[in-house]
Amino acid sequence: MLLFSRQGKLRLQKWYVPLSDKEKKKITRELVQTVLARKPKMCSFLEWRDLKIVYKRYASLYFCCAIEDQDNELITLEIIHRYVELLDKYFGSVCELDIIFNFEKAYFILDEFLLGGEVQETSKKNVLKAIEQADLLQESQNEEWGGLSEDIL
Amino acid sequence: MPAVSKGDGMRGLAVFISDIRNCKSKEAEIKRINKELANIRSKFKGDKALDGYSKKKYVCKLLFIFLLGHDIDFGHMEAVNLLSSNRYTEKQIGYLFISVLVNSNSELIRLINNAIKNDLASRNPTFMGLALHCIANVGSREMAEAFAGEIPKILVAGDTMDSVKQSAALCLLRLYRASPDLVPMGDWTSRVVHLLNDQHLGVVTAATSLITTLAQKNPEEFKTSVSLAVSRLSRIVTSASTDLQDYTYYFVPAPWLSVKLLRLLQCYPPPDPAVRGRLTECLETILNKAQEPPKSKKVQHSNAKNAVLFEAISLIIHHDSEPNLLVRACNQLGQFLQHRETNLRYLALESMCTLASSEFSHEAVKTHIDTVINALKTERDVSVRQRAVDLLYAMCDRSNAQQIVAEMLSYLETADYSIREEIVLKVAILAEKYAVDYTWYVDTILNLIRIAGDYVSEEVWYRVIQIVINRDDVQGYAAKTVFEALQAPACHENLVKVGGYILGEFGNLIAGDPRSSPLIQFNLLHSKFHLCSVPTRALLLSTYIKFVNLFPEVKTTIQDVLRSDSQLKNADVELQQRAVEYLRLSTVASTDILATVLEEMPPFPERESSILAKLKKKKGPSTVTDLEEAKRERSADVNGGPEPAPASASAASTPSPSADLLGLGAAPPAPTGPPPSAGGLLVDVFSDSASAVAPLAPGSEDNFARFVCKNNGVLFENQLLQIGLKSEFRQNLGRMFIFYGNKTSTQFLNFTPTLICADDLQANLNLQTKPVDPTVDGGAQVQQVVNIECVSDFTEAPVLNIQFRYGGTFQNVSVKLPITLNKFFQPTEMASQDFFQRWKQLSNPQQEVQNIFKAKHPMDTEITKAKIIGFGSALLEEVDPNPANFVGAGIIHTKTTQIGCLLRLEPNLQAQMYRLTLRTSKDTVSQRLCDLLSEQF
Repeated sequence: MLLFSRQGKLRLQKWYVPLSDKEKKKITRELVQTVLARKPKMCSFLEWRDLKIVYKRYASLYFCCAIEDQDNELITLEIIHRYVELLDKYFGSVCELDIIFNFEKAYFILDEFLLGGEVQETSKKNVLKAIEQADLLQESQNEEWGGLSEDIL
Repeated sequence: MPAVSKGDGMRGLAVFISDIRNCKSKEAEIKRINKELANIRSKFKGDKALDGYSKKKYVCKLLFIFLLGHDIDFGHMEAVNLLSSNRYTEKQIGYLFISVLVNSNSELIRLINNAIKNDLASRNPTFMGLALHCIANVGSREMAEAFAGEIPKILVAGDTMDSVKQSAALCLLRLYRASPDLVPMGDWTSRVVHLLNDQHLGVVTAATSLITTLAQKNPEEFKTSVSLAVSRLSRIVTSASTDLQDYTYYFVPAPWLSVKLLRLLQCYPPPDPAVRGRLTECLETILNKAQEPPKSKKVQHSNAKNAVLFEAISLIIHHDSEPNLLVRACNQLGQFLQHRETNLRYLALESMCTLASSEFSHEAVKTHIDTVINALKTERDVSVRQRAVDLLYAMCDRSNAQQIVAEMLSYLETADYSIREEIVLKVAILAEKYAVDYTWYVDTILNLIRIAGDYVSEEVWYRVIQIVINRDDVQGYAAKTVFEALQAPACHENLVKVGGYILGEFGNLIAGDPRSSPLIQFNLLHSKFHLCSVPTRALLLSTYIKFVNLFPEVKTTIQDVLRSDSQLKNADVELQQRAVEYLRLSTVASTDILATVLEEMPPFPERESSILAKLKKKKGPSTVTDLEEAKRERSADVNGGPEPAPASASAASTPSPSADLLGLGAAPPAPTGPPPSAGGLLVDVFSDSASAVAPLAPGSEDNFARFVCKNNGVLFENQLLQIGLKSEFRQNLGRMFIFYGNKTSTQFLNFTPTLICADDLQANLNLQTKPVDPTVDGGAQVQQVVNIECVSDFTEAPVLNIQFRYGGTFQNVSVKLPITLNKFFQPTEMASQDFFQRWKQLSNPQQEVQNIFKAKHPMDTEITKAKIIGFGSALLEEVDPNPANFVGAGIIHTKTTQIGCLLRLEPNLQAQMYRLTLRTSKDTVSQRLCDLLSEQF
């Protein structure tokens, strides 16, 4: 799964098959170009190599998934949407900047939702519960931690 | 400044990210990053021990830098340290870093695995979750080795938390995908199946994914999942939209789970009647819901609902057994073809392609032809148009071929470059396949070349020549048509090739007309000569020498051309050689010799192969009996792997000058093949196959499998010994010649081959043979004859054991002798109607065996056909409504009984998969034939 901006900047990448860094970069470049070249009214699916690409644009961000031939395109489209909803709910009307500055959170939420390329938990409540519990742990630990003055560098 | 900071704040990180964002140029960004890397490096190296928080912050910065696309070559150790932190956030960042930047450094892997092991044992669900996520994200072999045994236990343990179960299931799935050999099936599998009944829908969702993947490889182990999946699905589709609470998505109950359950069911054939009834109800309910007014205007609602619908249709197509459902599915897709959502139109076209291949729905699909043609013309999105082309191809049959080919041709004029070549191939295939009138075929191919000459591959123009040469009735028409087409001021080089070839053969058929007199024909071709590439010019030179034979009146003109400096002194050695030789030939040869050498091409045998061509040349066609010929053809075709039956390499492509002239006389389109060998026929067959056989370990299954579809070849070879086979079978009897070749210059002593049949095999298979001479001289070959009688059907194969002395050493070799059940096949031709009638008669579940498997070889139609014929059954054309599928029938003869067998092979090119279905009157036969044939593709 890839998230990238309208300018083609990669914001999040998640790979569920082993690939070398070089291959990943090549695939990313190719996909970003292909998807950005498509016009708004076009269909959200396209064939690419032996895979199918499902993508959708939300504001300035493109969400893009590669799935196998037998996989269901429409449900993948809704996987993307559910992920956007999760981000939205967690950040409170999410924008691209949230994902840039809290990229680690975006990854954590994704891991709760999708694992090994399959849907792990489709209930919005359950996913967010897991993340919020983790945040609670974090915050209580931060309090223990105390002053953050040296944190600027 | 950071826009949002949620949970904890790593302000240092946020500042760094802001800095990067404020960089005006790539250079500035790199500078800032290098500064940060230097800072982090010094912190990590510094004397002062870093606290966990700082470590986390710096590791996170490194991660960010990596995700920007820069290389990171340090920090791994610090990340690993974070894994053993007791603080959740530190652990979490550590795991994230490892997941994204996994390194095959073995020392590190050991440490990582150690940390994971501790977390898995911690019984703290959040820590366990993190550890499982990490394994699932990395999924490496090392991790599989370490945890593939442990995770199933966590998954099925009674006290595991739901969320951990979900992670464990998908984690196991990932490991299984990466290293299936490391995930042993066991007691846990039945307990995993029962997770389909779990209260928690999240657990069911994750478990269904796992089971689907495992069931594809181990269907037997998971077959109880079918009824559980059906009842789960039934509960979901009949539930009210509020029943499932948070698992209802835009008024659609559990769409993800529904899709997954439907996918799982596609791993299996239709279930037995009780379950089947319930499943049919589910599928009907899903189809009914598609007709209900939407509960929401949101696209999410319709997407989720239709996702389930499309998956249900996939299952209906997969089962391919309920005509009623198939037709309903087709009607539903027909509605979508005109839907305003592009996505739905796309998917409907795609899904209909598979429906077109079912005998039950083929006709229903055809009714939508106008809509599809319209889509080809009006869709604005090339990927949708591509689907429309695919569907037209799939729905094409004799009744609509002319219309479809015409539409595709007219679309080709404006088609996107990216899909032209594919359309060209499709048109060429359809035109040939459904040609009733071959003038139509010729017109179609010439149109193809005119419209999209650059995309017409060699195979296509080879093929049109083969067909014209083989069909007397179209030759005059073809000559006239190419002549007319060549009049165009600019014509494609492929047209010059076809034109040159056809006029060289059949120009005489139109020479009577003064408008296409020999000289006019020659001048027309020669006017294109200088614009063509070297291979085309070479072909034209061959045409000219053929003209010398056909039309004595233009001989001097042609000789002048051949004699010109631009030919005789051409820088290209091939052209020069042709000019010299042809000129000489035309001067010295008498009319009779010219006529013999330049005779019209003989018809191309269907499925010609280089080996067969050579056999014929050696023995002369008359001495090879029909049966033998057919058998050889089979073996030759199957054998010819790397060079599929030559379409027709034109004379131009044979570089050897001596072969060249011969080729012209006999059969230029057939390549001269491997250099002629001085040996006899048998040696020849062997030497050909030998080149394809790698040195083998004794008893190699691979080599055994190679003989399932052929009877002759090399069975075994090492440095000392070569074992060749030649066999023939008729009804339940067979004879096998085994040739033992001593490859050394030293004698083999005490040479004793022995045939060994296991006890149960002995009862079913009678083998008789005589001992061979115990001495085999260096370089010599001895022969042994085995008489075979099939008493009853059998599964195992006999073993051939060979013992002998070579020099001072004792040699002992065992190989499996490829006597397989299918050798006793007699092909049966039958009409479509009879086939389906028998197919239905054999509908008892034990009579059918099905296997779905990945293609191990390139999926080539002709090779597949050859293999099915080589397997022994008849290949029935035009039985299966889907032309891509293969259908066969035959009878297995044993002494005690005869067993009728039907088979169907469905390739899925996109998935590179096959589905093979065998139906015979005996379950063991179905199973054995299915096993044997599955290994061949």
